[in-house]
Amino acid sequence: MKTYGIAALMAASTLIGATSATADESAELIINGEIEIVTRTAAPAHLSDAMDEVISGWVFRSDQTQAMQQDDFDNPGLIWVEAAEEAWATPEGTNGKSCADCHGDAESMAGVKATYPKWNAEAEKVNTLQMQMNDCRVNRMGAEAWGYDKAPAINMEALLSSVSRGMPVNVAIDGPGQATWEMGKELYYTRTGQLDLSCASCHEENYGNMIRADHLSQGQINGFPTYRLKNTKLNGVHSRFKGCIRDTRAHTYNPGSDEFVALEMYVASRGNGLSVEGPSVRN
Amino acid sequence: MKRTTITLVALLAGLTTANAETVTPENVTFEEGAVAQSLTGQPGDAMSGAKIASTKSQGNCVACHEITDLADVPFHGEVGPLLDGAGDRWSEAELRGLLVDSKRTFEETVMPAFYKTTGFNRLGNAYTGKAHEGDVEPLLTAQQIEDVVAYLMTLQ
Ligand code: HEC
Ligand code: HEC
Repeated sequence: MKTYGIAALMAASTLIGATSATADESAELIINGEIEIVTRTAAPAHLSDAMDEVISGWVFRSDQTQAMQQDDFDNPGLIWVEAAEEAWATPEGTNGKSCADCHGDAESMAGVKATYPKWNAEAEKVNTLQMQMNDCRVNRMGAEAWGYDKAPAINMEALLSSVSRGMPVNVAIDGPGQATWEMGKELYYTRTGQLDLSCASCHEENYGNMIRADHLSQGQINGFPTYRLKNTKLNGVHSRFKGCIRDTRAHTYNPGSDEFVALEMYVASRGNGLSVEGPSVRN
Repeated sequence: MKRTTITLVALLAGLTTANAETVTPENVTFEEGAVAQSLTGQPGDAMSGAKIASTKSQGNCVACHEITDLADVPFHGEVGPLLDGAGDRWSEAELRGLLVDSKRTFEETVMPAFYKTTGFNRLGNAYTGKAHEGDVEPLLTAQQIEDVVAYLMTLQ
């Protein structure tokens, strides 16, 4: 009796997984007719036990949502990238400096987003891009730190992401940052809340499957910040993590917490090889 | 005077029996994943069970399972197996066990335990994201479990 149940289930889930995973296989993402985005690629070596292929969340979205990301004129996320371009050139803080005064054009930051979160030798800890931005604001500009995942920080992160679009995510998982990466991995596989689910329950075991009206993706973060049709604004990685953990009926961690920094590092590394895609469009 | 006492005693006795019939989550006895004893001693209501299975704020079984019988409810998930014929594949006791705590049947399953109040990691206050305080309510009440079991038994 039970054996039949399990066998039937396994057959069914393989079938469902196979059909959904191949449904969008032909869709290709080329932004503005020129930036080629890798939305599927071989999984990085550290994931080889879990999956063969890593897939961008873009692949799992509807045709219409996918189309919005194909041209910057249709991608509402770019409005905030423009706002950030202004902030980039605006002096702030007691030293009267802007980002541009030290770094030149925002384009000079191409490739930076792809490697974050990463170890900061001076601070002796892993920094997310937002922490790094705040390091500049506080220590080099004499300005106030931006709140984690708050609009000014998200907008700037979107600008830095936009100039890296098309470049492969390449987060280092060894070296001094390894302990943080391990902590993130632990969190990824730890079940939480009254529903007792981990990130892996949904995004590793069930991507490609529908959960009620939602088409489960791999929960990759190469597309962050994401413009969501649901709340019509740019969303940060930590806010997304918080939402997913809340949905397990759990006590969440907060944006900017050590736990979410570690989880961001680990989840980013699961997307090594996918293109930086933010600001992306999701539902 | 004497009469009042008798009524009171009778009333109290009545209350205790009613309570004793509801098996609390800590007191459920499993046998290889199955739970033979009804949680309430009352028969389940299959109609109510169908409603619980399809309502988001209750069992929300269709979030993960497709049930052809509930085809007029939109958006069935595909995380778990199709439940058509569940009442045929499983006994009533096995279905009750699956609902109370499916991990007793499928060790690593993603299916939540619907009648369990302990052993959670970072338990939150429903969907607020805040820490839980005070007594923990199971996801479904004892009678709701019985209703869903009765409903599943109709899926032959
Ligand atoms: C109960 C199921 C569930 C759990 C558990 C869960 N998620 Fe999600 N997650 C979803 C759904 C549904 C969506 C929206 C559809 C999609 O992109 O998969 C989503 C979306 C995401 C996204 C956005 C992907 C994109 O392309 O925009 C990220 C990132 C993510 N989840 C990460 C996580 C992490 C990390 C965890 C664990 C801390 C987690 N999720 C736990 C259901 C879940
Ligand atoms: C988060 C997903 C999820 C939810 C919600 C869920 N289930 Fe399940 N269920 C599963 C999975 C997955 C399995 C397969 C067991 C395994 O994990 O190996 C399963 C198995 C079952 C089975 C045995 C399958 C068979 O062979 O017939 C029954 C019966 C069942 N569930 C009933 C329910 C009912 C009733 C509810 C709601 C009160 C419910 N489930 C809610 C995921 C879920």
